[in-house]
Amino acid sequence: MSVLVFFGLNIIGDPVYMLVSPDADQEDIDRVIRNLGLDRPILEQYVLFVKGALQGDLGNSFIFGESALGLISRHMGATLELAFTALFLAIAIGIPLGLYAGLYPNRMSSRVIMTSSILGFSLPTFWVGLMMILIFSVQLGWLPSTGRGDTATFLGITSSIFTLNGLSHLILPAANLALLKVSLVIRLTRAGTREGMQQDYIKFARAKGLSTTRVVGVHLLKNILIPIVTVLGLEFGSLIAFSVVTETIFAWPGMGRLLIESILQLDRPVVVAYLMIIVALFVVINLLVDVVYSILDPRVRLKEQGK
Amino acid sequence: MTDKVLVTKDLETVFSMRDGDAKAVNGVSLSVGRGEVLGLVGESGSGKSVTGFSIIGLVDAPGRIAKGSIKFQGTELVGMSENDLRALRGNRIAMIFQDPMMTLNPVLRIDTQMLEAILAHRKMPRAQALARCRDVLNLVGIAAPEERLKTYPHELSGGMRQRVAIAIAFLNEPDLIIADEPTTALDVTIQAQIIHEAQKLCRLTGTAMIWITHDLAVVAGIADRIAVMYAGRIVEQGTVDEVIDTPAHPYTVGLLGSVPSANKRGVPLRQIPGMTPNILSLPVGCPFRERCSRADEMCQVEPSRHVVREDRDWFCHHPHIAPDTSEATQ
Ligand SMILES: Nc1ncnc2c1ncn2[C@@H]1O[C@H](COP(=O)(O)OP(=O)(O)OP(=O)(O)O)[C@@H](O)[C@H]1O
Ligand code: SF4
Ligand SMILES: [Mg+2]
Repeated sequence: MSVLVFFGLNIIGDPVYMLVSPDADQEDIDRVIRNLGLDRPILEQYVLFVKGALQGDLGNSFIFGESALGLISRHMGATLELAFTALFLAIAIGIPLGLYAGLYPNRMSSRVIMTSSILGFSLPTFWVGLMMILIFSVQLGWLPSTGRGDTATFLGITSSIFTLNGLSHLILPAANLALLKVSLVIRLTRAGTREGMQQDYIKFARAKGLSTTRVVGVHLLKNILIPIVTVLGLEFGSLIAFSVVTETIFAWPGMGRLLIESILQLDRPVVVAYLMIIVALFVVINLLVDVVYSILDPRVRLKEQGK
Repeated sequence: MTDKVLVTKDLETVFSMRDGDAKAVNGVSLSVGRGEVLGLVGESGSGKSVTGFSIIGLVDAPGRIAKGSIKFQGTELVGMSENDLRALRGNRIAMIFQDPMMTLNPVLRIDTQMLEAILAHRKMPRAQALARCRDVLNLVGIAAPEERLKTYPHELSGGMRQRVAIAIAFLNEPDLIIADEPTTALDVTIQAQIIHEAQKLCRLTGTAMIWITHDLAVVAGIADRIAVMYAGRIVEQGTVDEVIDTPAHPYTVGLLGSVPSANKRGVPLRQIPGMTPNILSLPVGCPFRERCSRADEMCQVEPSRHVVREDRDWFCHHPHIAPDTSEATQ
């Protein structure tokens, strides 16, 4: 993949003209080109990049001059904060609504929930984002529409969820990013609930005289949580990837917005580094999902110990 | 008998569906006494399970009890509040299901699933409840209950799982257990062991039991009395000897003819012709009419109950028993 991006960006345009002032003379331009190493043949540039990459150096940003990795990791915190908040919203809203709609499929309110979740699936994220800004920021003036608020450090984590101002900035973009996942979790939970409630083990649990709370909260939930966690884990990667759109709309200083800016300015090292990081992130997430999966499902655990 | 644990009268359970109301249970009257095992026999779809679920109050929508009464130790269960029913379920009335692979929750340990059954009904220190679990596992023939308690269902064999399910049913020493084909999914030797175990426990504790099965051979081995069910009705009742040796209803005769037995070896098994009728489109008159070799015009009128004793009766115009062998009332 690095090959594709590397050469692709090279074809699109010459970053040098983004860097030098319009009235620079040829000598200035040549100097910049030499500094960036762009005077060498493209193949040689790639070999140099791979050599560096193997030593953990993905090159320096053309624009900012600092290392691409460092630049991205400075922006990563904001993106992760956004993604985790969205994930939390998806679970906290999606599972209760999905359970309700699954347990009482014929109630009017369940139909409303399911229809809304279809809307959540089909409305484009950016449009909903703009509408949210229009309603909550412009019309009602309740919440700020751009940027990240104050941050505070707690237990070694610097995040805006620890300050009121930070939270107020976080709500809109996180809700926007969560929209798709809330819909997904609602549908997954509802389907799991409807299927699960038919199972013999649920009927047996009820025949034991357990309370509905225990039947649903323990017997049902523990079973349907397995597919939900698996899917959500895998979707977490796309949450980070999709944050590009949300970050752009809400001017959220995360790595998604950094990516867009870097692409516009043809800042090749940053774009390449971003993609490499995303790939690594997906690998790590997949591993974590496997671990969580085996914790939740005893049948998987046995296989691993058995052989 | 006065010490009846359960008496149902004209019980009707109806599933409301798009193409009409399906009477899965259509006027069932039966009773079980203390320590007694009643075998409920019938083909697939005859309404045996729905009868069981009606008694324990777990008929799923779109089904509901439309008519009749279920008296459990003198208390009417039809129309009882969900909370009161829940207090009975698993406590005074327990149920065992057909498929042991499906009845235990796959993601919960055995001890969790046993303890909750006790603690849902009585306050008890955990250690004491655990001791009770071990005792009952021992009773149903599980060796090393201590270790079994710490396992998940998938680590146990089918027979072992069904023993656990039976143990759960016996945990609170219920007055009635409804066993819905609990051995159908198991192989024959295990089946025999489990039947023996369950029978022993009933005698020991005085628990009444309704043993649902489609297998007359099984029921002959465990039951004291038999009720034969067809299309939502009980068509014949009696002691095991009466029903097996001198069956009255042609349907019972048909069921007996399809059971292999040692003294009839070499003789091909007879099949009851035709299919279980769709309960939405039953024939007028006797529901068995279209499959019965004795049917005639009389059978276009629904036969009424022929009572020999309170617990020996049948519904047929032309029973296999000559009329003079019983003092016909009716
Ligand atoms: N959930 C349901 N919805 C609609 N109809 C149902 C439902 N459950 C049962 N029935 C109806 O009730 C009838 C009796 O079903 P039941 O499960 O009691 O049969 P059974 O005698 O237990 O058969 P089997 O030996 O196959 O278990 C069926 O023919 C079916 O039409
Ligand atoms: S009433 Fe008639 S049709 Fe029904 S079982 Fe008896 S003989 Fe057969
Ligand atoms: Mg059944």
